[in-house]
Amino acid sequence: MGHLLEIDGLGFRYPDSPKMAVEGFDLDVSEGEIVVLAGPSGCGKSTLLRAVNGLIPHMYSGDYTGEVRVGGLNVKESNMRDLAQKVGFLFQNPENQIFMFTVERDIAFGLENLGVPRPEMRSRVDEAMRLLEIGELALRAPHELSDGQKQRVALAGVLAMRPQLVILDEPTSLLDPKTAAELVALVARLRKDLGTTFVVVEHRLDLLVKVADKLVVMNEGRKVIEGTPREVLFGDEAEAYGVTVPAITRVQKMLARDGFVSQDNLLSPGELAKALEGGTR
Amino acid sequence: MIEFRDVTFVHQNGVKALDSVSLRIDSGETVAIVGENGAGKTTLVKHVTGLLKPALGYVLVDGQKTTEMTTAQLSRKVGVAFQNPDHQLFSESVEEEMSFALRNFGFPPELVEQRVSWGLELFGLDEYRKSSPLVLSGGEKKRLTLACILAWDPEVVILDEPTVGQDSIQKERLVQTIRMLSSTGKTVVVVSHDIEFLWPMQPRVVVMKAGRIVGDGPAPRLMLEEELLDSARVAQPELVSFYQRLTPRPDSPFVDPLDARRWIEGRRSAP
Repeated sequence: MGHLLEIDGLGFRYPDSPKMAVEGFDLDVSEGEIVVLAGPSGCGKSTLLRAVNGLIPHMYSGDYTGEVRVGGLNVKESNMRDLAQKVGFLFQNPENQIFMFTVERDIAFGLENLGVPRPEMRSRVDEAMRLLEIGELALRAPHELSDGQKQRVALAGVLAMRPQLVILDEPTSLLDPKTAAELVALVARLRKDLGTTFVVVEHRLDLLVKVADKLVVMNEGRKVIEGTPREVLFGDEAEAYGVTVPAITRVQKMLARDGFVSQDNLLSPGELAKALEGGTR
Repeated sequence: MIEFRDVTFVHQNGVKALDSVSLRIDSGETVAIVGENGAGKTTLVKHVTGLLKPALGYVLVDGQKTTEMTTAQLSRKVGVAFQNPDHQLFSESVEEEMSFALRNFGFPPELVEQRVSWGLELFGLDEYRKSSPLVLSGGEKKRLTLACILAWDPEVVILDEPTVGQDSIQKERLVQTIRMLSSTGKTVVVVSHDIEFLWPMQPRVVVMKAGRIVGDGPAPRLMLEEELLDSARVAQPELVSFYQRLTPRPDSPFVDPLDARRWIEGRRSAP
């Protein structure tokens, strides 16, 4: 299968900065994959995302080496308009990307900018609202909505552009755990129904590891670990790079070393308790 | 000491963000405030700093009504690191940012310098001393706001979602900082969705829902009340749900993953 996103030997240094923000970075992401990007704060995650959606090098200048391709487009050589239709970006704080007076106008904003004809715009906005189950909010003012609803509105605006790749920057960090779980379930559903590819930056892995195909850990601008969530979380290095290994996975890891349980799958608290039944004595 | 007496607060759009809240937090306590988005947690905290005034009822800080204190008097006693650090960073350099409040409070220059260096080192921000706060990452900005507050040594430290954007190493450091504050007798109030971060500190937990306090007690007891947590949309720590599903059930919930291992090893070696 072809890769939707290909990053080859990417390097970037901001002007006046002594060190490279990203260096020698390679990554291939296939269509329909959910890839989680983790690593200590300041490790270059945001820079990498900017290089994927084109803000680097089109808005941020600096020393650029290597190549990033999304859906066949070379990011460096493509214009922002073409890129915007390939890559969608959901900011950590939805308030940074919601600014119209009604929900549906807000969702239509990107399409209006692209000059999409009205009937097409209407159908895309309706489709996005249906996908995110926010149809009843269409005429509400975004500022009256809850944080979880705001995030859905912002994501609807992103999806209305029909991007092949959606980048989520710490999407659950401002959400309560139940709302966060709903968002993660939504991401899994969109991948299944639309085949959308997701790159998600997140420190909190307990929810995402259940749906992610791949976990990539960065440190000091470089990729230091890449593997399935199971491989990375059961490995010995992740914690040293600031990855929050869920508490229950730490228990499973210790018990697996002592031969109480297997390491074939990441287990939930309930599953781990069940696996131990009768095995504790 | 902080005391809320029947505090009601209504937003301009008519939403009752706090509904007759009464709460007493004693000096030296570490209290976690949890609840779903929009439950009123941040509104509660803003009443302690005097940023919001109650429509009904009153808030006492050290026995004095917040409505009768100036912002300067209150902020000397209460330091808050808000959820969004961009709301409180405005200086040209990190160093300037840290010394701003200290100079305003009239600290002598040598002490200002000493406190600035201490704070930057404690939060791993030394290399950015001369940089603009705007170049910091989200997680670094949050650490800077916290460093600024601790530098003037307020009696009450309030942290609103401190773990957002922090990796596990920084979170661990944050736990240690909170323990350090608590051991020096400071009152610490943490608003957080990150139940896994709060759990090892075993704080007193206040659960909010729709502007009301629906649960209040020590973490080990409150985190077992699944029905209450569900209704307030608060997650249970993973170690607690694991503990609750074990048969036979251990005497008390595990605080650290190591506790779970010890218990299981103990079971295995039992005759």
